[in-house]
Amino acid sequence: MTTGVGGAGGPGAAPPRTLWEATRKQNEPMTEKLTRPPTADPDAGPPAQADPRRPGEAIFRGLATGAGITILVILALVASFLLVQGSPALFADPAKLASQGYGEFASWVLPYAFGTVWAALLALLLAVPVAIGIALFISHYAPRRLAQPLGYVIDLLAAVPSVVFGLWGSLVLAPAVRPLYEALNAHLGFIPLFAGQVSGTGRTILTAAIVLATMILPIITSLCREVFLQAPRLHEEAALALGATRWEMIKMAVLPFARPGIIAAIMLGLGRALGETMAVTMVLSGSRNITFELLTSQNPNTIAATIAQNFPEAFGLKTNQLIAAGLVLFVITLAVNSIARWIVARRAEYSGAN
Amino acid sequence: MSKRIETTDLNVYYGNFRAVEDVTITIEPRSVTAFIGPSGCGKSTFLRTLNRMHEVIPGAYVEGEVLLDGENLYGPGVDPVRVRRQVGMVFQRPNPFPTMSIKENVLAGIRLNNRRMPKADQDDLVERSLRGANLWEEVKNRLDLPGSGLSGGQQQRLCIARAIAMEPQVLLMDEPCSALDPISTLAIEDLMSELKEQYTIVIVTHNMQQAARVSDVTAFFNIAGTGSPGKLIEVGPTDKIFSAPDVQATEDYISGRFG
Repeated sequence: MTTGVGGAGGPGAAPPRTLWEATRKQNEPMTEKLTRPPTADPDAGPPAQADPRRPGEAIFRGLATGAGITILVILALVASFLLVQGSPALFADPAKLASQGYGEFASWVLPYAFGTVWAALLALLLAVPVAIGIALFISHYAPRRLAQPLGYVIDLLAAVPSVVFGLWGSLVLAPAVRPLYEALNAHLGFIPLFAGQVSGTGRTILTAAIVLATMILPIITSLCREVFLQAPRLHEEAALALGATRWEMIKMAVLPFARPGIIAAIMLGLGRALGETMAVTMVLSGSRNITFELLTSQNPNTIAATIAQNFPEAFGLKTNQLIAAGLVLFVITLAVNSIARWIVARRAEYSGAN
Repeated sequence: MSKRIETTDLNVYYGNFRAVEDVTITIEPRSVTAFIGPSGCGKSTFLRTLNRMHEVIPGAYVEGEVLLDGENLYGPGVDPVRVRRQVGMVFQRPNPFPTMSIKENVLAGIRLNNRRMPKADQDDLVERSLRGANLWEEVKNRLDLPGSGLSGGQQQRLCIARAIAMEPQVLLMDEPCSALDPISTLAIEDLMSELKEQYTIVIVTHNMQQAARVSDVTAFFNIAGTGSPGKLIEVGPTDKIFSAPDVQATEDYISGRFG
């Protein structure tokens, strides 16, 4: 500490000893004038008499607050719709559900809930490594001439409607992967995942997961690419200067920085995979099974596909039961997102954003 | 642990643009050499050629030789990754890895070498490096907390600790104090005069008083104008450069007539 710096902050320093102190003394009355209400100042010109709250500020604040409230209102409306319309099935007498609905609720919905989570998990397992790989290639390996068009192609994949993926999955992919499934079953059949009698159509949960993976690949890739590109140059150079190879640099400086972004991207992909209806409905021939076998014709169906398949013929309590299944899907998605938030928040103090 | 650097007619390019022209300089071991000059004169660019960090920018390349005790860093078959492990670098803005603790930051370079190190040796190295960077007393009780929680000056000393943990031959410093307050700057300058007992230190600085205070040898870089390459104008013992330089441009710059 030098005396100049220490003395300036001290109380009752009579003459200004430093330049800073002198400037501060001069500025004090000026600050006072600025904070005084403009109308009380007789010297104030016309500009000062205008509304101090600039109108643009108020309008923008209103719009932003309104948008924020809107999303909450929409969410509340959807949730209350699910609760109100689904509760007759949730609280109905099991005997009544058996005769007028699809049977006792919990045991009815459980296999579908399992199928939903299982298919989405498989899709994530397939899609995430590929997506991160593509994103890293685009952001850190590919020459710029190649990276740009590749990015566009990936984004284009996101624009393909899910019904088209469904057609492709059931007409092209399912027959095409059958030989692969046979081989997996023959050679790796001792692993429970690949055990059982191989499906004759190829329309299994694994095929559905591959289609889902293709569908969520673009969103995860695009988001990861954006995050990877924002990894601070400063930290990349720090790693390189320590003698890191490119992959080591990515491990030290890019991936840790991008971790919350990667998790957010995965969650968006997972949300889409959990809720995807059309493609699963077209590809998967599922029923009410709980099985981890990937290759057999006994597959669990998903909640979304079940709703889509049954809704046209449903009435009365059956409709309520399907809506209640929708509520279960809503809760699953909410739980998944909360877990993701918790994971991101857990290491916030080590975040790359600091 | 310190080596002599010699360059002969080194030209540095960004694509078609020649940023630095024909630099011939010898940097002595166990001394501090300062590069001064106006902005854009190529001193940072030249510094980054000494550990092959220049070429991480797409399209950037170097013509000529950089000899580290006679061994050409740009020779065929020389791996830039190996060069950077011998020539440490400290950057303008402190850049400890935010996702690592203080201890992990110090050990980051060692982990890269895949050197299996017993835990006791690791702790020794962490203490030695942090002591070497005059940071030990301040952080010894919070080695497992994130490095980003330190002040700017402490972060910069952490970066120096990280660099010297690798036991480099040369330590390059690219305006290491320009983002720091005077007290932290003083701490880093003191550190430099200690470190030069062991290392060859090259520092780029905009602060001429700093060059005069810490360096043994000063090199003055200049450009003729925008778009023309930077050149090494004059190099010599610091007291000579600051009292009786041979070239008029050096004297003009030092006396504040331009730049």
